[in-house]
Amino acid sequence: MKNKLIIYIGGLLQIIVLLLLWANASADNDVPDFFVPPPPFSEGIFPCTECHAEMEVNRTRRKLDFHEDIVLKHAEEQRWCLDCHNPDNRDKLRLASGELISFEKSYYLCGQCHGTHFRDWKAGIHGKRTGYWNDRKQYRLCVHCHNPHQPRFKPLKPLPPPLSPEDIKYNRSPDNEIPKNPLNSLIQAEIKNGPEKK
Amino acid sequence: MTDLLLPVKNFITALKFITRGGKSYYAWLVFLLLLILWGVGAYIRQLDEGMILTNMRDQVSWGFYISNFTFLVGVAAAAVLLVIPAYLYNFKPIKEIVLLGEMLAITAIIMCLLFVIADLGRPERGWHILPIVGMMNFPASLLAWDVIVLNGYLAINCIAVFYVLYRLSIGREYKMSIIWPIVIISIPWAISIHTVTAFLYNGLSARPFWNASILAPRFIASALCSGPSIMIIIFQIVRKVSKIEISDTALFKIAELIAYAMGLNLFLFGAEVFKEFYSGSIHLAPMQYLYFGLHGHSNLVVWMWMAFIFNLTAFFLFLRPQTRENYFTLNLACILVIMGVYIEKGMGLIVPGFVPDVLGEIYEYGPSGIEKSVAIGVWALGALFFTLLLKFALPIYTGELRFKTPDPGDKK
Amino acid sequence: MDQKKNRDIHSRHIHRRTFLKGAALGLASMALPFGTADASVWEAFFQKHYREMSADDKRDVILRMEKEYAKAYDTKFNIKTTKPTPGVNFGYGLDVSRCIGCRRCVYACVNENNQSRDPQMHWITVLEFKKGERWVNVFEEAKKHYNPETVPEEGHFYLPVQCQQCENPPCVKVCPTQATWKEPDGIVVVDYNWCIGCRYCMAACPYGARRFNWAKPRVSKEELNPETHYLGNRPRYKGVVEKCTFCIQRTRENPGRYPACVEICPVGARKFGNLLDPKSEIRYCIENKRVFRLKEDLNTLPQFYYFFAS
Repeated sequence: MKNKLIIYIGGLLQIIVLLLLWANASADNDVPDFFVPPPPFSEGIFPCTECHAEMEVNRTRRKLDFHEDIVLKHAEEQRWCLDCHNPDNRDKLRLASGELISFEKSYYLCGQCHGTHFRDWKAGIHGKRTGYWNDRKQYRLCVHCHNPHQPRFKPLKPLPPPLSPEDIKYNRSPDNEIPKNPLNSLIQAEIKNGPEKK
Repeated sequence: MTDLLLPVKNFITALKFITRGGKSYYAWLVFLLLLILWGVGAYIRQLDEGMILTNMRDQVSWGFYISNFTFLVGVAAAAVLLVIPAYLYNFKPIKEIVLLGEMLAITAIIMCLLFVIADLGRPERGWHILPIVGMMNFPASLLAWDVIVLNGYLAINCIAVFYVLYRLSIGREYKMSIIWPIVIISIPWAISIHTVTAFLYNGLSARPFWNASILAPRFIASALCSGPSIMIIIFQIVRKVSKIEISDTALFKIAELIAYAMGLNLFLFGAEVFKEFYSGSIHLAPMQYLYFGLHGHSNLVVWMWMAFIFNLTAFFLFLRPQTRENYFTLNLACILVIMGVYIEKGMGLIVPGFVPDVLGEIYEYGPSGIEKSVAIGVWALGALFFTLLLKFALPIYTGELRFKTPDPGDKK
Repeated sequence: MDQKKNRDIHSRHIHRRTFLKGAALGLASMALPFGTADASVWEAFFQKHYREMSADDKRDVILRMEKEYAKAYDTKFNIKTTKPTPGVNFGYGLDVSRCIGCRRCVYACVNENNQSRDPQMHWITVLEFKKGERWVNVFEEAKKHYNPETVPEEGHFYLPVQCQQCENPPCVKVCPTQATWKEPDGIVVVDYNWCIGCRYCMAACPYGARRFNWAKPRVSKEELNPETHYLGNRPRYKGVVEKCTFCIQRTRENPGRYPACVEICPVGARKFGNLLDPKSEIRYCIENKRVFRLKEDLNTLPQFYYFFAS
């Protein structure tokens, strides 16, 4: 008797959860809602209002006293900080329409200019997507790959080229001298953990 | 009782003939046996450590073994050149020696099969290619076709040779009614073994050098040069060491046929050279690699020009009656043709299929010590087999070796 | 210098010993996997073709293999035999305008698929082309061994090549023993226990996608991936051919992870999905982008599409 009740309650809860999930998904249905990684802020930089709340808004183009690591190389002739960062509440970004968006949804900001990329990204074509081909996918924000202030993709060191056929020889070295995969020292953790399971 | 012992007695008689010989005969046998041992040793190492001991790699995945295989298929096919005039046109001088040609074909096929086995990564799984017990991919795979035609050709020649020898050994003439159908089958079959082997390469669109329809005709033409050249030399040796009489007319006739075959071979070669160099498409690269070198890689250039000069010289030597009927120039021409075709239809055919490879990489392949050793072993095995076969067949042919048969008078 | 000399002497010594040992053991025992002499060797020898096995046969074979692998690699392997999913036909897309030639995919594939580290084997080849030079059909200008400080190199672009999983695969056609075939979900697979190592498929492949185990493949124990599929990344043998399987051990599952090369690609140039699903990424590529396939003139009809996202 008691067991049955538990099953009923459990079932009801499940339905509620599913309904909530569905509602959540349909709220924003052209953009998938499951970015797992949060925006890649530098350590301790967010929330911005912690400093900026008390500061006066200064719209002039100048050499910054703080944030000196930021060099704008992103149509800098036409643009300055407050074109994207909201002057009154720095924890938000601002679209051209004046609408405020959170840093988690910065793709709307990027998508204003890069419409074709935005479209491809939503379809999973532009940018990296991991997870399951027939199930949940993990997206990345534009800013995970492109520094918004210098969006050009940073060059990488390539992994070693394959051996020439002349250099592939019979090797009698003991098993502990078998060459290791050079990738592993680089990013093994990333591969082993894989994407989150459902 | 005596009937039952007869096969044993006959076997001992045959054994006596095979093992009897002069000092040079024993020296020859020991020499061959040593080479075979050398080859077997190399092959065991290849089995143990893997084909990494060869110089083949993913870029050039077939090499010296398959080159030798291709050349030898040609030698085997060329027995047809002797069979056609002997049986169809009853050209007497050649008819006497056609048996030797067929024995050479048997030897060549056995060597072919050995070279293929040496090239397998998993020879113990060879049975997978058989129908019923295995999963033969017939008719899609040309290699399945090749297994069928090569083994069929081996069987046909074995039947023909051993039937004739059997009849002769018991002192009777062979029956034309039995030989005739075998001959009728064997002629197209001989052409088919070389055609199928050509198609094996020809059908691969990935390899432009092979994917030319002229390949099969060129195979046949060059085979009709190298096979008979080997035979001319063997016949002269046989003539010297046994009582068999092989007329000069027969040898000169074969030499004349080689001249025509070489003429055709050179013409087909010219046709291919013209097409490749005149159109100058991207598929020229392998040809360029062979004759002029590609991006500084030119290992085969010397060999290919040598082969061309050999073939051309031999063509004129065979063509002119004065030179083909002079034993010095005749033998010189034979050796030139054998070397020329061995280069052209061996490494000169296989390697450019892989250079440059399908992704444009150039790996200059040359056989490793292990590959050369195994190849020497197979050649020595072929030579030994052929020697013993001759040693057995020639006395039967000359009437020295006769098997005892049950006396019809005893029965009743 | 001296050290090298010493090693050479040492190796020559072992050399001779293995040679003698080999000569003594004879042909059969050496050619058989792992050189053991118990009954499983004969079971392995008479093992049926994968497609001829009943469910019971498969279970027995998997059990035996897991035992063999445990013994040979000192690692517990899980060998799946997951069947293709009806209604799924895999397709792959590679964005030529994005690839930077960093070779992460090459080595992620090596990890996932237990490719031999010694002798080295890579299923993916990345080609580097000079902008403005010939490419699509002429690979002679390509560099395979490029190794600058950083990539992409100025004035160059990249073209990774792996098995194209052709709709009309020449390798399958030529295999004399049917040891390689195309599965209903589009993956061209090899039964490593049926392949005789004739390498005809390698001669037939226009993409250089097939690899041969010239020696016994070796992977150090800590780098083995024990999650395997019979037709995929289980450890291979000396003398057989292998190739990319779109990570069959991942992609055939439900949910099915993306292939390792897709997962690793730092620029997201690699796309994968079901060609029969109109909402898949690969269908989006084909319907909205300019796509091409390698060596289209050969009519192999790859299920691997190259495209230009921008």
